[in-house]
Amino acid sequence: MISKDIAEAVLQEAKRKGATEADLVLVENELVTVQVRLGEVETIRSAREVGLGLRLFFGKRSATSSTSDLSKGSLARLVEDTSVLAKVTAHDEFSGLPSAEECARSFPELHLYDPDGEALPVKDRIARAKEAEAAALAYDPRITNSEGADFSSNLYRIIYGSSHGFLGEYRGSTFSLAVTPIALFNGAMQRDYWYSYARYLSKLEPPEAIGRRAAERTIRRLGARKIKTQEVPVVFDPETAASLMRTLCSAVSGSSLYRGASFLIDRLGDRIASEIVSVYDDGTIQGYLGSKPFDGEGLPTRRNAVLENGILRSYLLDTYSARKLKLAPTGNAARGVGDVPTVGPTNFFLQPGPHDPAEIIRSVESGLYVTELIGPGVNLVTGDYSRGAVGFWIEKGELTYPVEEITVAGNLKEMLLGIEMVGNDLTFRNSVVAPTLKIRRMTIAGH
Amino acid sequence: MATQLVKPERFFLEKFGLTERHLERGLGAALGAQIDYADLYFEYRIGEVLSLEEGMIKRASKNISQGAGVRALAGEKTGYAFSDEISVQNLELAGSRAKAIAERAGAGNPPPVKVGGGPRHDLYPVRIQPIEIPVEKKIDLLQRIDAIARKEDPRIVQVMGSFASEYKIVLVATSAGVMIGDIQPLSRLNITCIAQEGDNRQMGTCGGGGRAEFEFFLEDGRFERYAKEAARLAIVNLSAADAPAGTTDVVLGPGWPGVLLHEAIGHGLEGDFNRKKTSAFTDRIGQRVASELVTVVDDGTIPSRRGSLNMDDEGTPTGRTVLIDRGILQGYLQDRLNARLMGMKPTGNGRRESYAFQPMPRMTNTFMLAGDSTPEEIIASVKRGLYAVTFGGGQVDITSGKFVFSASEAYLIEDGKITRPVKGATLIGHGPEVLTRVSMVGNDLKLDEGIGTCGKDGQLVPVGVGLPTIKIEGLTVGGTEGLNKAESFLQ
Repeated sequence: MISKDIAEAVLQEAKRKGATEADLVLVENELVTVQVRLGEVETIRSAREVGLGLRLFFGKRSATSSTSDLSKGSLARLVEDTSVLAKVTAHDEFSGLPSAEECARSFPELHLYDPDGEALPVKDRIARAKEAEAAALAYDPRITNSEGADFSSNLYRIIYGSSHGFLGEYRGSTFSLAVTPIALFNGAMQRDYWYSYARYLSKLEPPEAIGRRAAERTIRRLGARKIKTQEVPVVFDPETAASLMRTLCSAVSGSSLYRGASFLIDRLGDRIASEIVSVYDDGTIQGYLGSKPFDGEGLPTRRNAVLENGILRSYLLDTYSARKLKLAPTGNAARGVGDVPTVGPTNFFLQPGPHDPAEIIRSVESGLYVTELIGPGVNLVTGDYSRGAVGFWIEKGELTYPVEEITVAGNLKEMLLGIEMVGNDLTFRNSVVAPTLKIRRMTIAGH
Repeated sequence: MATQLVKPERFFLEKFGLTERHLERGLGAALGAQIDYADLYFEYRIGEVLSLEEGMIKRASKNISQGAGVRALAGEKTGYAFSDEISVQNLELAGSRAKAIAERAGAGNPPPVKVGGGPRHDLYPVRIQPIEIPVEKKIDLLQRIDAIARKEDPRIVQVMGSFASEYKIVLVATSAGVMIGDIQPLSRLNITCIAQEGDNRQMGTCGGGGRAEFEFFLEDGRFERYAKEAARLAIVNLSAADAPAGTTDVVLGPGWPGVLLHEAIGHGLEGDFNRKKTSAFTDRIGQRVASELVTVVDDGTIPSRRGSLNMDDEGTPTGRTVLIDRGILQGYLQDRLNARLMGMKPTGNGRRESYAFQPMPRMTNTFMLAGDSTPEEIIASVKRGLYAVTFGGGQVDITSGKFVFSASEAYLIEDGKITRPVKGATLIGHGPEVLTRVSMVGNDLKLDEGIGTCGKDGQLVPVGVGLPTIKIEGLTVGGTEGLNKAESFLQ
């Protein structure tokens, strides 16, 4: 079990070893995953795991460490080993904790934890997974197989403490239900999936609806073909538009920027996207998946306008990258147990626009509607973008046949400027989200 | 710590005050009348990462994790419970939890557990674990790399290097009465350079590693080669034109482009997908899936390789599995569960990221055997096409068989000659069919440098790939320039 006492004891020990500053994160997860396939339970995995991540500073030198062994002896050794390691690193004038004044003073109640998760019996979890999969299997006779349905939950607790005297704790919960049906027709198989992910059990989409949606998404892919190489308008559905947002998020991340590893360096205040594009990162929204009361360095989370009407207003920064870039941190330090703080989004989203998704599709004479992207294919340094895609061919404003084995390519600089329409269909079903969007022109490679 | 003296079989028992009777109790708790099989998996891992950027060692970190997982199998059902506190009580608790999960009924007979047993390899006899090498030596290596890369070209404006080493002790005790362990060293050196000329910024990455001693990086000028290569790639890309879009002949260079095999066929031949009949390769053993020039194997027994293991994470010795023999599909990669359910033999491919996960069928080192052509002949045979030599990663949709892999260094081939560099682009194809269009296979088989990490169902494991130079007639290249335009650009 993790506790504030452990945090305080380790910080004390660090001070005793001569560390000038120290901070740590303690994490406890209670994980349960139930997997059902073709109506039978296939796997149940359950565990409680703990971890401690420590960072010590000796002046401007620092080192980090982590362990899953929270026994006294192990923690004392960890502090000792980290001290030794810190002394061999370089004097880095930008290193160090945020100032005490910057740390969160009060913790808003963000409703991140659902106590209903504590007593949820395994048989209920199995029942939800079975119901979702059964709905998918019953949807259409061409759904012949399944990769199964998973119900997962995590009840977690995070404690962060620093030698400034900051000591904060919060609990959170997440629940997810996902189904992956497989359809077979004319000898060709297709799979797709649908999922729901939420902090509250009651906010999950009904199992039956998830199953039907997964089946519908799978069936519509049957008979997919390759198309010829051409340049056309491309419409991204909310799932693939969210993947573009994740890429944008990396490009505005301070850790990419100070290293020169982003196409958006030195662009604050510039127009980098079309004027209908506004993007926010907001860690303060009650009950949302990316919300948290303070970041991985104890700074309060907040609402950051990243892009406003196409103008780049803010990067996402932790303390180190902020100092390197001569800016103020934005409350976006992300802290895993085994790593130094880096930059991460909270709730990162593209502000919805006025258009119904159907209206966006109707606006396309011939083009592509993308529903899945695969492969790495993004070069953040140059903005070059080339990824495998699956979707539908749009002809005269209507979705016609499914398409596969093609790539969509462009450069993110032009893609952002080329966003012509933004949908009104934003839902916060994940921590990085976007509505449907349309990009004026991209290159499709096929035949 | 004098790790060379550690015996995994004794390490856990001594460290956590356990006896063989305790293991039997843990297994006994997991076994029941309807349980076919149970196992305990113990893991202790120490990792260290040092990283350099802007000419300084900015980060140093040390990570320790330990824990045990208990698994009970009943038919197709798996119960898995794990804990990061290794104690008798937790083993029994996890055992009974795993049992309750897999099946309700029954009281099991604790099996006798013996130390050792079973055949074993000794593929990475390391005298000194890389993690035990003083950090000063590793720091010196990174600083030399920084200097070498910057010296290559004044346009190199940023060098990022990292050296990661780990040391993992694992122990598997099974209800079949086997107790077997392994000590697994692993290290990796990674270098990324950014080159700048005016507003044009480009990146190049190179690295390598394996289950070897620290000296590996110093031998044959290896680290210097990585540094120069990362710098060279960044510089080459400064003058790269837009990549072509469309279907064209593609020549893949030797080594890491073997990621093609990993994505196009490797995942599709993992036993779990074939048992469930969700793979595009389902029920295709004995059928032609490649040209007769193509033989592909997965071999976990190559000494010192990143993808190699003495035993898999279920205690089965690793082996060499022929996946495709002269174009004909031969077999699948199996763990214990899927092998049993399919009436096949485990192939030593049951792997897991850590004690927090149950094993799954995974690749080890996957590569194509060499052919007869010289690389020069292969390139000379292409009228117009793409020569792709360095790749990032890839991904596959196992069910539809569609896969992608992304080139980070590529050139146009015109009239049998390599001409201009073009920017990286994603290549896309259909797994069960792409290798049927392999029309030439080089005599220059090369394994990758030891940088691969494969993700499946959220579990990451180190893997290797390899390839001779090959020619594929017609593969879709996802650039932005029309092929014709790219050609005229050359004239």
